[in-house]
Amino acid sequence: MNNSLIYLTSVDLIITALLILLLISLSSYLKLGVALQLTIAAIRTTVQLLLVGLILEAVFRQAQLHWTVLIAAVMLTVAAFEVLARQKLKLKRVWGFSISALAMLISSFLITVLALVVVIDADPWYTPRYAIPLLGMLLGNTMTGIALGIDRLVQTAWQQRAIIEQRLMLGEKDVDAIRDITRDAMRAGMIPIINAMAAAGIVSLPGMMTGQILAGSPPVEAVKYQILIMFTVTAGTGFGVIAILQIITRRMFDERERLRFDRLLLKSS
Amino acid sequence: MLRLEDITIGELGATNLTVAAGECIGLHGTSGSGKTRLLRAIADLEAHGGQAYADGAAQNEVKAHEWRRRVMLLPSESQWWQDRVGQHFDNKTVAFDKLGFEDDVVNWQISRCSSGEKQRLAILRLLSHQPRVLLLDEPSANLDETNTERVEVLIKQYLEQFHAAAIWVSHDLRQLERVASRQFQIIDDQVSQIA
Repeated sequence: MNNSLIYLTSVDLIITALLILLLISLSSYLKLGVALQLTIAAIRTTVQLLLVGLILEAVFRQAQLHWTVLIAAVMLTVAAFEVLARQKLKLKRVWGFSISALAMLISSFLITVLALVVVIDADPWYTPRYAIPLLGMLLGNTMTGIALGIDRLVQTAWQQRAIIEQRLMLGEKDVDAIRDITRDAMRAGMIPIINAMAAAGIVSLPGMMTGQILAGSPPVEAVKYQILIMFTVTAGTGFGVIAILQIITRRMFDERERLRFDRLLLKSS
Repeated sequence: MLRLEDITIGELGATNLTVAAGECIGLHGTSGSGKTRLLRAIADLEAHGGQAYADGAAQNEVKAHEWRRRVMLLPSESQWWQDRVGQHFDNKTVAFDKLGFEDDVVNWQISRCSSGEKQRLAILRLLSHQPRVLLLDEPSANLDETNTERVEVLIKQYLEQFHAAAIWVSHDLRQLERVASRQFQIIDDQVSQIA
């Protein structure tokens, strides 16, 4: 049965849907207060994924560069908004969106292109069947690290602004006065992916690999793809977080090395 | 040593004054009158108008951190970011005894220091950097009589030994008479000499 796909029938999906229905009725019977949310989420996931499936099938058939680019641009924009939305302290809108988009561009776009051209070697390199899933994996996974890194940097610096200013008063350079916080933010951004790499295969079977095996790939082939994804996600997150921390700390201080949160945050926060 | 030319910040009108080497001037004013902001402007921690000179060099001609090494501000509430006292001093020999500490104070935990102890340690930390100009924002606000006197003596000695200059902000006019050669007050958003 190697490489033969077992197609899921509607009946298969209906059986799992019945499970969800059962859960919804049980939780509504026990008044656990999640029934409505569960229903909405289940409907959303079905509709959204079906739509994406249809779009992807159409795009895969076309295999044209401009379609791939368009979809990629939409994905990047949504990811940048998502990064921005996860911040506790609200960044200035235009600037915040630009740096989030830039960070996602570095962490996901460029690394995806590199992986497509150098490693996967598809022909043409932008073949949407490879490009879009790979970009999606990267965006989804690096987004978390980048959002966490920014959040930690801005929040800690805000909480410790008196300490930063004290260090400036004692004649420290701006980069030295905030170095401990930058290091902490870097760690916060990288920990999820480091943990994921350390636990992969032992504690958890990564979702993509599991999916490939279920779809009929030989396990070792699926593993190779998983390692490729892990490494590209790690590299992407790392470079993305480094870049974004540099940009934000530069913005946090002006040319006279003064702490300037007014250049970073919306007035209301 | 320190010269201020038309320094403006916030509501405060243009301030012009000169502090000679070895001299300490006193600055007085009700709370909220802008004393602290004036000191922050001189240390270049906030955007401001006008120009300040120390040792003949203009503020904007030297890098900001180098300026602050020369013109150092002692905030009214000091900040500490490491575990222990000694970690905030760069291995320089510090005369801890001058403000009533034993040398083992370097092993003290910051979290156990009282506000008065932190204040005295902050003064020692400031002086250990050997700045040319001291901007002192209520340096003895949390101190008892003995320690207030110790601080006054130590600052005086420092100014004489290093030919440094100081601006001393205080609510206590009698203290300013003891430590400062001239007195200034902020009245109606204007710094003016009162003695």
